[in-house]
Amino acid sequence: MNVIETADLGKRYGKAWALRDCTLAIPEGRLAALVGPNGAGKSTLMNMAVGLTLPSTGTVTLLGGMSATAPAMLQDIAFMAQDAPLYKNLSVADMLHLTKNLNWRFDHARAKARLVDLGIPLKKKAGKLSGGQQAQVALTLALARRPRLLVLDEPLAALDPLARQDFMGTVMTAMADDGVSVLLSSHALADLERVADFVVVLGGGELRIAGDTDELLAEHRLLTGPASEADRLAGLLSPIQVKRAEAQAHLLVRTGGPASAPVPPGWEAHPVSLEELVLAYLRPTGIGSSSASFPRTELTEVTR
Amino acid sequence: MAIDKEMSPIEFRLDPSSGVPTYLQLVQQVEHALRLGYLKPGDQLPKVRDVVAALTINPNTVLKSYKELETKGLIEGRPGQGTFIKTTLEQVTLPDLATLRRTLMSWLASAEAAGLDEDGVAALFTSVLRDFYKERSGANAPATGGARGVEGIA
Repeated sequence: MNVIETADLGKRYGKAWALRDCTLAIPEGRLAALVGPNGAGKSTLMNMAVGLTLPSTGTVTLLGGMSATAPAMLQDIAFMAQDAPLYKNLSVADMLHLTKNLNWRFDHARAKARLVDLGIPLKKKAGKLSGGQQAQVALTLALARRPRLLVLDEPLAALDPLARQDFMGTVMTAMADDGVSVLLSSHALADLERVADFVVVLGGGELRIAGDTDELLAEHRLLTGPASEADRLAGLLSPIQVKRAEAQAHLLVRTGGPASAPVPPGWEAHPVSLEELVLAYLRPTGIGSSSASFPRTELTEVTR
Repeated sequence: MAIDKEMSPIEFRLDPSSGVPTYLQLVQQVEHALRLGYLKPGDQLPKVRDVVAALTINPNTVLKSYKELETKGLIEGRPGQGTFIKTTLEQVTLPDLATLRRTLMSWLASAEAAGLDEDGVAALFTSVLRDFYKERSGANAPATGGARGVEGIA
């Protein structure tokens, strides 16, 4: 089952497209990272997924085909907007009480126990807590609704490294305990390498690439060799990104599959990190490849 | 982060700079612990949730490594109890090992007689070892993760 499925999804504000032609399927049980620069369309996609914004074109369905705006969906999705939205003047205990009464399904005991575990003072006003604690309170409230899909918009942006790790620890444990699927948007690529098993890369309002993290990493290679041959090779391989100096060139290519395709003579192939991969798709400088499509290439073709 | 109740004999760690995928690091650590005797048949592996909490990694990553170890026949999942070591990695009995050692010694003697020094022996051995296993694994060489180092050109 797919937790989120979109077809030709687009959103236009006036003449500007915030997101267009986005066709995507995210399987259940994953932590999918939505990455891209500001203005890439991340929040637009998220807001349409949780039913807060209506699409201009196309469709989005959730949890195996249900409409994002169906009232029944409200129960199964938890959405945490940017900056840990809490009523700053309410105490943590009051926040808990309020959320319990506003929701049909709410595991009060568990939420309270979790907050106590985290050492968060229940009597303190939410606005007086540290940024990390506020994020944890918002996350705890979201998880106490026992959602099947948890959507987090830039939850890590305002947090220090330690608070980031604690926050992700809570998310990962919830995945292990309850099997909740997670969609999370972030700038912090380095923090995602270990936690995201699915990535969605958006740039300039378009979907650049999406897929299983391990599979994507296995399919991509960085070829390093003499700059004099870079053009010839680039013509054959349609690289995602080309970086060249006077003598040496690096080509980031997508191969046909995880198989260790033969490397052209005189070139070395290196595995890529998630960060390199994402950045390459955000700044494609391919020679001989159109900007819109990134064809798969068989490395074997060159060696024949 | 202490793991209460049934303690596993090992605890995982991650090397972010190794370039080896996380799930594979966990697989390799179990195999390593088996070879060195830190883990024995019947021992319990850390619970998925505990690994997730200790390392802040995706539970699917842990499940993937446990699945791989299960496919290799090294561990088994017991419903409701956890994951346990099924077998050992020392495939050779001690008398066999002694025989193999003797043959290798006599080969070394003939290599020395032929004029190879220690470095020469090591280079030859490494090269033959690589060729031998490359031929064995054939076309379906494990690029699934095993070969994520630098793939140079021979």
